[in-house]
Amino acid sequence: MEGNMNITLKVWRQKNKNVKGSLETHEVSGISEDMSFLEMFDVLNERLIDENKEPIAFDHDCREGICGMCSMYINGRPHGPLEGVTTCQLHMRSFKDGDTIVVEPWRAAAFPVVKDLVVDRSSFDRIIASGGFISVNTGNAQDGNSLPIPKEDADKAFAAAACIGCGACVSACKNASAMLFVSAKVSQLALLPQGQPEREDRAKKMVAQMDIEGFGSCTNTGACAAECPKEISLENIARLNREFLSASLTTAEA
Amino acid sequence: MSLTGLFLCTFLVVHLIGNLQLFYNDGGYSFNKYAVFMTSFPLIKIISYGNYFFILFHAFWGLYLEFQNRKARPVAYVVTKNSSSFSSRNMAVLGTILLVYIVVHMGDFWYKYHNETLPFVQYTENLLTGEVVTTEMPETYSQETKMVETYNQAESTKTVIVKDLYKVVSVSFQNILLVIFYVLAMFSVSFHLVHGFQSAFQSLGINHPKYNPLFKFLSVWLFAILIPIGYAAMPIYFYFFK
Repeated sequence: MEGNMNITLKVWRQKNKNVKGSLETHEVSGISEDMSFLEMFDVLNERLIDENKEPIAFDHDCREGICGMCSMYINGRPHGPLEGVTTCQLHMRSFKDGDTIVVEPWRAAAFPVVKDLVVDRSSFDRIIASGGFISVNTGNAQDGNSLPIPKEDADKAFAAAACIGCGACVSACKNASAMLFVSAKVSQLALLPQGQPEREDRAKKMVAQMDIEGFGSCTNTGACAAECPKEISLENIARLNREFLSASLTTAEA
Repeated sequence: MSLTGLFLCTFLVVHLIGNLQLFYNDGGYSFNKYAVFMTSFPLIKIISYGNYFFILFHAFWGLYLEFQNRKARPVAYVVTKNSSSFSSRNMAVLGTILLVYIVVHMGDFWYKYHNETLPFVQYTENLLTGEVVTTEMPETYSQETKMVETYNQAESTKTVIVKDLYKVVSVSFQNILLVIFYVLAMFSVSFHLVHGFQSAFQSLGINHPKYNPLFKFLSVWLFAILIPIGYAAMPIYFYFFK
């Protein structure tokens, strides 16, 4: 797939989390506008390998916008200039021939750089492990109609569950806060009957883990929801605040 | 932050309504009486000490959180395109300007009223017609309390001799630099509150399509426009018209 776009790419190169990184400039020629942003990186990496140079490390997996692995901060915005789109679903037609594109990793104390554009997002996993689950005893599934759920609640839970945990919210937030992520994970369970037994514990434990990981606090700037590729709503953050407040006020242990 | 913030928002409304008495064309009669009431009535005194505490708590807890939040991103982005509002990103800076302003403002009026020898002024109100005659007391005049009220049954007049804070305000706002500083501080109030007021509800978990438009409306029209203009009008009025 040859094309005629020429792009000046300024990419963040960093060996590991302990050393300082810097921007490195690459001229990438012969790019097709039908390529995805990641395919453009593939082309560049092939060339770097041919030239016996170190390819640029970046995260990617499904390349269809549902896994949450890709994580590039493109021209000052997570996942680039489009709304509701992950980096893998961003295509070169969103740029012009001759453009200079600056690509940086997510930047947060809780997301240390592993290499180049790859960051360690296992802090998200630890938050999920602290309470983002339900405990169900094994046995036959009960009849679906025995658990009536209002359509509106089901829709909201589903919208919250669309979060792919990519971390764009953290990267967009001036405080590197993980509130949108945590609120989506708390909401999808708080809205459904299956989530009720651990509801209060969940809110408290996930917030506590979020603080331990070193994410900043929420100042309601709204940058997270504006940049979220899955368009998770700020309503979820209000719900998390409600869940956390009521859990803190009503449960016995601190 | 949200609860103290909303308290301070309420304070701004009350403080503005009270101080609008500066615009009465009565030589400061109602304003000076109001100043005595606000500094002597026990319930108001309790609330005002609460208010000082909330201001300090809101300011210093806010600065601590800002400091913590900056630590959450140790390496800055080379390029950022913000998708959030100017106000929401600069709450700490705007708040710090306001803290400095509050210190200056309290030094200008609160400190002087409580600790310095202020001139006294005498008002004679005709209780039948409501007409008020203002007489400045000589500089040497002094009395034990902030305000002395005497009634003259025969002439149906009331005489009030009171500390003249109105005069202090009037003199202070002849200084153009102070007027400019006050007006600029009100821009800070405006930007701080256009985000702050509605943000407080989100922090308390109140985000509902039915009420959000109301919070937004109050944030913009009441707290970011009407209130700052009301306050800024005072120094401007005294500088140009007194």
